[in-house]
Amino acid sequence: MRSSLRDWLSNPGVISASPLAVFLVIGFLGPIAIVFGFSFLPERTFGFGGEWTLDNYARFFSHGYYKTFLWSFGLAAATTVCTILISYPVAYGLCRTFGRWSTIIMLLLVIPIFVSENVRLFGWVLFLLKGGGVLAGSLKNLFGIETGSMLYTPEVILMGMVYVYLPFTLFPMNLGLSMVPQDQVNAARDLGANRWQIFREVELPLAMPGILVGALLTFVLAIGAISEAKLLGGTTVVMLAHAIQHEFTYAQNWPLGSAISVITISVTGILVFFVMRRIDLDQLLRRR
Amino acid sequence: MSQATDQQGSQPILRLVNLTKRYGDLAAVDDLTLEIVDGEFFTIVGPSGSGKSTLLRMLAGLDKPTQGDIFLRGGRINDVPANRRPTCMVFQSLALFDHKTVGHNIEFSLKMRGVDPVSRRKRCMELMTTVRLPENFYTKPVTQCSGGERQRVAVARALASDPDILFFDEPLSAIDYRLRKLLEVELKDLHRTTGKTFVYITHSLEEAMVMSDRIGIMREGKLIQIGTPNDIYTRPQNRFVSGFMGEINTLEVRTGSNGMLECPEFGKTLTSPDRGEDFSAGFLVIRPESMRFLRNPNDAENHIEGSLFNEYALGSRVQYHVRAGEKMFIVEQLREDAYQGNLNDDVIIGWDAADSVLVTD
Repeated sequence: MRSSLRDWLSNPGVISASPLAVFLVIGFLGPIAIVFGFSFLPERTFGFGGEWTLDNYARFFSHGYYKTFLWSFGLAAATTVCTILISYPVAYGLCRTFGRWSTIIMLLLVIPIFVSENVRLFGWVLFLLKGGGVLAGSLKNLFGIETGSMLYTPEVILMGMVYVYLPFTLFPMNLGLSMVPQDQVNAARDLGANRWQIFREVELPLAMPGILVGALLTFVLAIGAISEAKLLGGTTVVMLAHAIQHEFTYAQNWPLGSAISVITISVTGILVFFVMRRIDLDQLLRRR
Repeated sequence: MSQATDQQGSQPILRLVNLTKRYGDLAAVDDLTLEIVDGEFFTIVGPSGSGKSTLLRMLAGLDKPTQGDIFLRGGRINDVPANRRPTCMVFQSLALFDHKTVGHNIEFSLKMRGVDPVSRRKRCMELMTTVRLPENFYTKPVTQCSGGERQRVAVARALASDPDILFFDEPLSAIDYRLRKLLEVELKDLHRTTGKTFVYITHSLEEAMVMSDRIGIMREGKLIQIGTPNDIYTRPQNRFVSGFMGEINTLEVRTGSNGMLECPEFGKTLTSPDRGEDFSAGFLVIRPESMRFLRNPNDAENHIEGSLFNEYALGSRVQYHVRAGEKMFIVEQLREDAYQGNLNDDVIIGWDAADSVLVTD
């Protein structure tokens, strides 16, 4: 027993991996463990040592925080669906039909990512603002059309999220689609498949790993969305990240903030686990 | 070589008229006219870049001709898309659907045509028997099949919808020698049992010889010679065709007096094989197996002196390299007629005029 432990510790793989393992334990697992611990402490506690309690979890359900949870998950799901629907044709074009233009189009899609998300969202606020906004002002000036407020609705939040998270779906999907061998598409056509059948029988299943990775990435990021709702949504919708931030700062209720975090992490983790079981990431990365 | 082919009628199933495909200035397929007979095994042989793949893709409907027409049983099919042509292709990569099982690969074309699952499966089982795949492969993922098995799946898949013509795009090129030889024979047998028209492309004349009823040699977008394997072997039209045959001996010659040939390189006068009056200068081709060692210069109609450079055992035959002047001649003998002597011996090699062929450049 002792000697097998010593063998294991002298394994070069274990030795090489140990700095990273130590780093991950301190920097990643540690904070999560602390948050997990705090979630079982009484209201407004700022150190360990009090009584253990499940009050915070009860409060999550009794005080309407579950609505925040549903809004976040609902908007994240809607965002994921929208980005998939928009990305597929674009990714298809980038892989198959745009030819030498695809590099330029790709660049145009990438460059905005270098600008801060908040700045870009403020751009949208200026564009959609009531009265003096770019859109409302132009419509009024050019056509004399009066528009009401276009900001501060769930639809605008969704639009903002789709806008921000689109690249995270598009790029993995592009990779997935470019892995579909042209020969197999030709073979399907030669064997009598029409366009729709080629899509359903060959392209979609073969591009699925890329689509799933992109969807997962987008969904997980969108769960944590906060600026979209704050900037474009005003106070219409309170998102999970907003609620957690609120509890940790303004409300000074760390245990409740921790409980909301733990619930979010658990639900997201379970979802990711089930999706990841279906994808062979190695295969996705090795083949291209 | 016997010509035991089973010609079923002789009306063309496929007729290509002035077929041309241009990419910019380059004509990949250049004004090609050809008739392929119903039920024949026609092979197009050419080096890479000769346009043979482009030709096949146009026939399958995956590429559009720039000019010219393709007729299938008399009907023009230029504008018929691939999925509506009664033809199927076996791709070079095989293009099996990696995410499907053997059974679902084979059934693919039937599923696309809306055939019900029970009939599909029945047909699939028949085909698996035809191509000699075990029944329990039905549920096996194609990614777990060996090279030969994948080959059989691809052929069965192409046969499933009972197409009029099967196209083959060098499907054996990535397979090791022994398995390739086996599959060549299987394909030829399959051609016989199904009675379908096979159009096959390859860069190996040897492969074409084994399987084909007729062979077309393609070079730079044109078919430069069409004939039976025997025609191509015994009467290659030019040096390009004869060069395809593997190792050969060539001598640059021109017509001399009395119907003899002058060979300036060796300062010799050689007896000429029969060839039309039109020949004035070109090459004399002598196959290694037509060459033999002579005890006496007069034992054959032509001879050349040289020295034995090396010998190689090929199994049933032995190959020798004989250096004469700047040239290395290749001589092949049956094992029982092997040369008895040592390397660097001075030897005389020779051949009879009837065993040589005159070709133009």
